Amino acid sequence: MRIGLFATCLGDTLFPEAVKSTAVLLARLGHDVVFPPEQTCCGQMHVNTGYQREPVPLVRNFADQFGDASIEAVVMPSGSCAGSVRHQHEIVAERYGDAALRAGVATVKAKTYELSELLVDVLDVEDVGAYFPHRVTYHPTCHSLRMLRVGDKPLKLLRAVDSIDLVELPEAESCCGFGGTFAVKNAETSTAILQDKMRNIASTGADVCTAGDSSCLMHIGGGLSRIRSGTRTLHLAQILSATRTSPYAPTEAVR
Amino acid sequence: MSSTFLGMPATPPRSPYGTGNLRGDRKFPKAAHDELRNEQLRRNLGRATRTIRAKRLAVTAELPDWEALRDAGSAIKTETMNRLPELLEQLERNVTERGGTVHWARDGVEANEIVTRLVKATGSSDVIKVKSMATQEIGLNEHLESAGITPYETDLAELIVQLAHDKPSHILVPAIHRNRDEIRQIFLKEIPGVDPRLDNVPAHLAAAARAYLREKFMTTKVAVSGANFGIAETGTLAVVESEGNGRMCLTMPDTLITVMGIEKVLPRYQDLEVFLQLLPRSSTGERMNPYTSMWTGVTPGDGPQDFHLVLLDNGRTAALADRIGREALNCIRCSACLNVCPVYERAGGHAYGSTYPGPIGAVLTPQLAGMHAAKNDPNSSLPYASSLCGACFDACPVKIDIPSLLVELRHQNTEQSGATAEKLAMKAAATVMRHPKFFTAAQKGAGIGRVIGGRDGTISHLPPPFEGWSASRDTAVPPKQTFRSWLASDEGTATMRAAADEHAKNRKTTEEEK
Repeated sequence: MRIGLFATCLGDTLFPEAVKSTAVLLARLGHDVVFPPEQTCCGQMHVNTGYQREPVPLVRNFADQFGDASIEAVVMPSGSCAGSVRHQHEIVAERYGDAALRAGVATVKAKTYELSELLVDVLDVEDVGAYFPHRVTYHPTCHSLRMLRVGDKPLKLLRAVDSIDLVELPEAESCCGFGGTFAVKNAETSTAILQDKMRNIASTGADVCTAGDSSCLMHIGGGLSRIRSGTRTLHLAQILSATRTSPYAPTEAVR
Repeated sequence: MSSTFLGMPATPPRSPYGTGNLRGDRKFPKAAHDELRNEQLRRNLGRATRTIRAKRLAVTAELPDWEALRDAGSAIKTETMNRLPELLEQLERNVTERGGTVHWARDGVEANEIVTRLVKATGSSDVIKVKSMATQEIGLNEHLESAGITPYETDLAELIVQLAHDKPSHILVPAIHRNRDEIRQIFLKEIPGVDPRLDNVPAHLAAAARAYLREKFMTTKVAVSGANFGIAETGTLAVVESEGNGRMCLTMPDTLITVMGIEKVLPRYQDLEVFLQLLPRSSTGERMNPYTSMWTGVTPGDGPQDFHLVLLDNGRTAALADRIGREALNCIRCSACLNVCPVYERAGGHAYGSTYPGPIGAVLTPQLAGMHAAKNDPNSSLPYASSLCGACFDACPVKIDIPSLLVELRHQNTEQSGATAEKLAMKAAATVMRHPKFFTAAQKGAGIGRVIGGRDGTISHLPPPFEGWSASRDTAVPPKQTFRSWLASDEGTATMRAAADEHAKNRKTTEEEK
């Protein structure tokens, strides 16, 4: 399959390992990964903070970059960015766009997937041939869980990983407290929510807390690093791309 | 040619500034700052919301048609809002025909005046009250007191709040922020003639309140209530409750005055079938509430012989005029969204500054009272008091898409806010991001972050407005290479080729095995 990879602005700039893993994983599964070079940002931060005029060019750029019919599916290693493309782009296009933008948005929306959705629903694969001999707990991020309804797809993928010790996270479905600019505007409430999430993570004794969104992981990982918890965060793609021949090796500081 | 200026179509009025209880005195982050330091509150809220969440999930999961009920609830409410004027007139006709009197109040000020006038006409200086969000919203108690009338709250938790000269912090459990020791202290101080040996056993506390209230029920001639539902088709009003205090207030006095928000009307009697299932299960996590009281006008020789219904607008028509925001009017005040909200669970109800806290409060309050009624209006911070986690939408019995409403109100806020530093930053960010060349340059600029990182590659202090973020979270320094530069590099090309080769090799092996 010819798959368009959207790196997301956060992944491209701050968390490239998660995007690399996504690209390598899909190539290893035999797919043609294309990276439209003019891509930038989906505009989620703008819309969630209350700005809908400003992201119009971003929404248009996304539709332009990935609208080409030769791209059969668009994937991104982020539940919230996929949620933005699928739920928010049409709001922006409807209110401040033109007919062409509305049509473009509808076209890309229909073929946009978060990573676990693409693997399980579209590519029909659960065992991706990964090897990860560590204790792992999974946090289902809110937008994956309640906006995209990915359900247990990420867990299906994780359960099929060779040698993984997957442990359930108590109160997994509770928000981690990130919420984009919420973590800046309401930093103290965000921290209070994060504290409970970190306590639940610690109770699992996991080496790694994983999720499908680098933004939530930046928040959780930042908190775990601050308290020197000994648990690190890792994007789902990085676990799925690790194999016996090229196992996961930690290279980054916090993330 | 002459022309006649017919005026601009007026926006319906919101709840007047400076009246009622729809606005706090400071913005949410400031209020939350103090509430978060209240360990008692944090513990009580955590325990209480967790318990109610579990109960609600148990009693909603057991109904095979729960999702269909939610759809029905949503459909009936949407129909109601689409037909609101005619339904209200129908309700008025039927209440009047059955011996009641209907009053229309544009806002809380008018409603307070009407109720006060009606109470004064009875000659009574006391009223007993059924727990009511609408009268809390308009500050009726304070207004009655200023007119020399003493209101007695009869719901146990409302009584605790009233005796403590406090404000409710939860729609359903107004005293959720108090523990039994505090309640004992409040009762000892405020209930006349209470046994000084009163301990903190819940049953003993309830008995003390019961003895105090019984006397009020037996002697007070006027009651004030809210209404959960008003049936247009029959003119029937309904109140659901758990303690029986409502039943007392609705049946024993000579005069009953009911203040009802205009959005509480339902078209048909049969619609109760849906809502009497949705409300208790979502609210208290019970299959059925203990008391359901319904009355239609006046029944000679039975119950109050003088019945008044005050229909309250107070910003509801303004909310109805908003294509998207009007969905918030579908709320049946069950409080399920509060109990599942991560923000409410930590910050508590007082941080919202309004009678309506939590997710629904964050979308209802700004619509009823406005977000820009004054400079630095605290209500403008409410739509941001959410991580947009979506748990409220899943819990709502009438499927109000609260996260989308929050995003919509944030948009309205930025549109009404003029030029702010944040707007300029957002514009700048969008300008950078719309041009891939600028974006790549900005990514390179982010590499400067590597310099401020510590030896362990993390940043522990950030300048405003990010200081709150860095107070509890480390931030990794930006990586040496962005994804796009890696992909374009020799290493990237080689890695991607190797991965593709691995697939080819694996496929070959599989075919040979066949």
